[in-house]
Amino acid sequence: MLHHARWTSYWQAAPLAAVFLAFFILPLIVTLVVSFWSYTGYSIEPAFIWDNYRDAFDRCVESLPDLCTTFRTYLSTLKFCLTVWLLTLVIGFTIAYYLTFEIRSSTVRLVLALLCTIPFWTSNVIRMISWVPLLGRNGLVNQALMGAGLVEQPLDWLLYSNFSVILAFVHINTVFMIVPIANSMSRIDRSLVEAARDAGATGWQILSNVIIPLSKTGIAIGSIFVITVVMGDFITIGIMGGQQIASAGKVIQTQIGALQFPIAAANAVVLLAVVLMIIALLVRFIDIRKEL
Amino acid sequence: MSEGRSRSFYVLSFLFGLYVLFLYGPTITIVTLSFQGPNGGMTFPLNGVSLHWFRNLWAGIGVPYVMDALLNSLKLGALVTVLTVAISLMAGLAFRRSFRGQSLLFYTAIASLILPSIIVSLGIALEFQIVDQSVKALGDSYEIDAIQSGYQTAMGLMSSGLGAHLTWTLPFGLLIMFAIFNRFNPAYEEAARDLGATSWQTFLHVLVPIIAPSLVGVVLFGFTLSWDEIARSSQAVGSDNTLPLTLQGLTTTVTTPVIYALGTVTTGISFAVIILALAAVLFAQKRRARHGSDAGKGLL
Repeated sequence: MLHHARWTSYWQAAPLAAVFLAFFILPLIVTLVVSFWSYTGYSIEPAFIWDNYRDAFDRCVESLPDLCTTFRTYLSTLKFCLTVWLLTLVIGFTIAYYLTFEIRSSTVRLVLALLCTIPFWTSNVIRMISWVPLLGRNGLVNQALMGAGLVEQPLDWLLYSNFSVILAFVHINTVFMIVPIANSMSRIDRSLVEAARDAGATGWQILSNVIIPLSKTGIAIGSIFVITVVMGDFITIGIMGGQQIASAGKVIQTQIGALQFPIAAANAVVLLAVVLMIIALLVRFIDIRKEL
Repeated sequence: MSEGRSRSFYVLSFLFGLYVLFLYGPTITIVTLSFQGPNGGMTFPLNGVSLHWFRNLWAGIGVPYVMDALLNSLKLGALVTVLTVAISLMAGLAFRRSFRGQSLLFYTAIASLILPSIIVSLGIALEFQIVDQSVKALGDSYEIDAIQSGYQTAMGLMSSGLGAHLTWTLPFGLLIMFAIFNRFNPAYEEAARDLGATSWQTFLHVLVPIIAPSLVGVVLFGFTLSWDEIARSSQAVGSDNTLPLTLQGLTTTVTTPVIYALGTVTTGISFAVIILALAAVLFAQKRRARHGSDAGKGLL
């Protein structure tokens, strides 16, 4: 009986393991291997060369202290990461706090939480396109600004710019902060908050000494989500940047488009290494399975 | 309970309202603009109200394959949903006991969730390219005619595309299963077993009915995530396009409100699935509240 039960887990987990092996683990290994291969116009050829990495870091050491294209791209992508992370963190934390501590009825809380989550289940591309009639040269925002006499010429930097990229990132990804932070906050024992208040703590003191430390795990999980999404992005930057802004992910996409698969693979390995380093930094704060 | 609301409540309620407006405002804008009159443009004002752009869309917008892409996405979404529910449920059951490789599998799922999609997509594309090159080389060296004349690629919507989508939906499915089983009281199963039920009977008549409302959540995630997926599909679906990929292509070429009409239809389908799923959950909960216990009512 016990013997039987022990095998049960293995065949039950087998399909999941098989899918990840075939479509996640193997592809990652293949990417690493192919990053050392050479290529012709229509095929990739086994080899062991460093050319692809040399290509990825073309003149990066020689041109220092000036930054090469790759370093500039990563720097710009990291800047997007940092800006979007800060904005989603502040907005997400505020919304999570409101839902957890200011809403008393659990039904209302559920409805409001759903209201925040529903857009996550709809198309991101559509949600990006939706900004066009608002932010375009003849868009609603420019119409309003000109109508109010605040500007004379329509503003050009509203769409297809760093601004619209950041706006779309925040629009799409704040939910990844709200959910884990609200989840952490819902586990905070209310009597701790009351105890702090009874002991004379102000609202800000309660926030900074009780609630924020106890929401740390949720903040870390949300941060991992947002940062990894922005770090590897090429869709949002592509559409909202008018295909004019570079990013680490977009470089890879362009090289795939040019059928330079081994170079794309080398860049993917570099991106993977950067993302893994960021994650390693952030997971120090969490035990994911405790949160479920 | 009678204490008044603090000032922070009103400030935060206002901010929450702004956030909701920020979330839904753009979508409401394009839904409105998709009913633009035949002579209307990509932005306000509305030049009359009509279904012109929907008719235009239905006729194929002059862009080929839009309807094909929609059907492709529906088919793929349906298959991804079924597989996500089945595979996550099985894995969820597996994780209730400890087994070797457990944490490796768990962290693989988490990694699959958070590693950049462009890397996963490229990896799958490379994997299939190597398969293709190997099969062709094999065909050439043994002069297998079927391969030499007939074989193109193993890549496709229902092979590499399906796999790419599953790497995205399964982690969500697994996390939902964890949340379900962490709150599941095993006493029900023990009772069933004590009454002589086989493990299959326990599963079918006790466990599945209890967790059914939560499984709807897996269905919801499975379908909507696949329906909207773009980053992982981008390099991995082969020659057939999914709807989001087609849409992305249209963003640079289409300059009429027909793209808003397509957006409205896409969002409409997402909303239909969301509402159906939420209604199913509500219905299951009501039903359970009504028939709280079937004690004394006999088998089935």
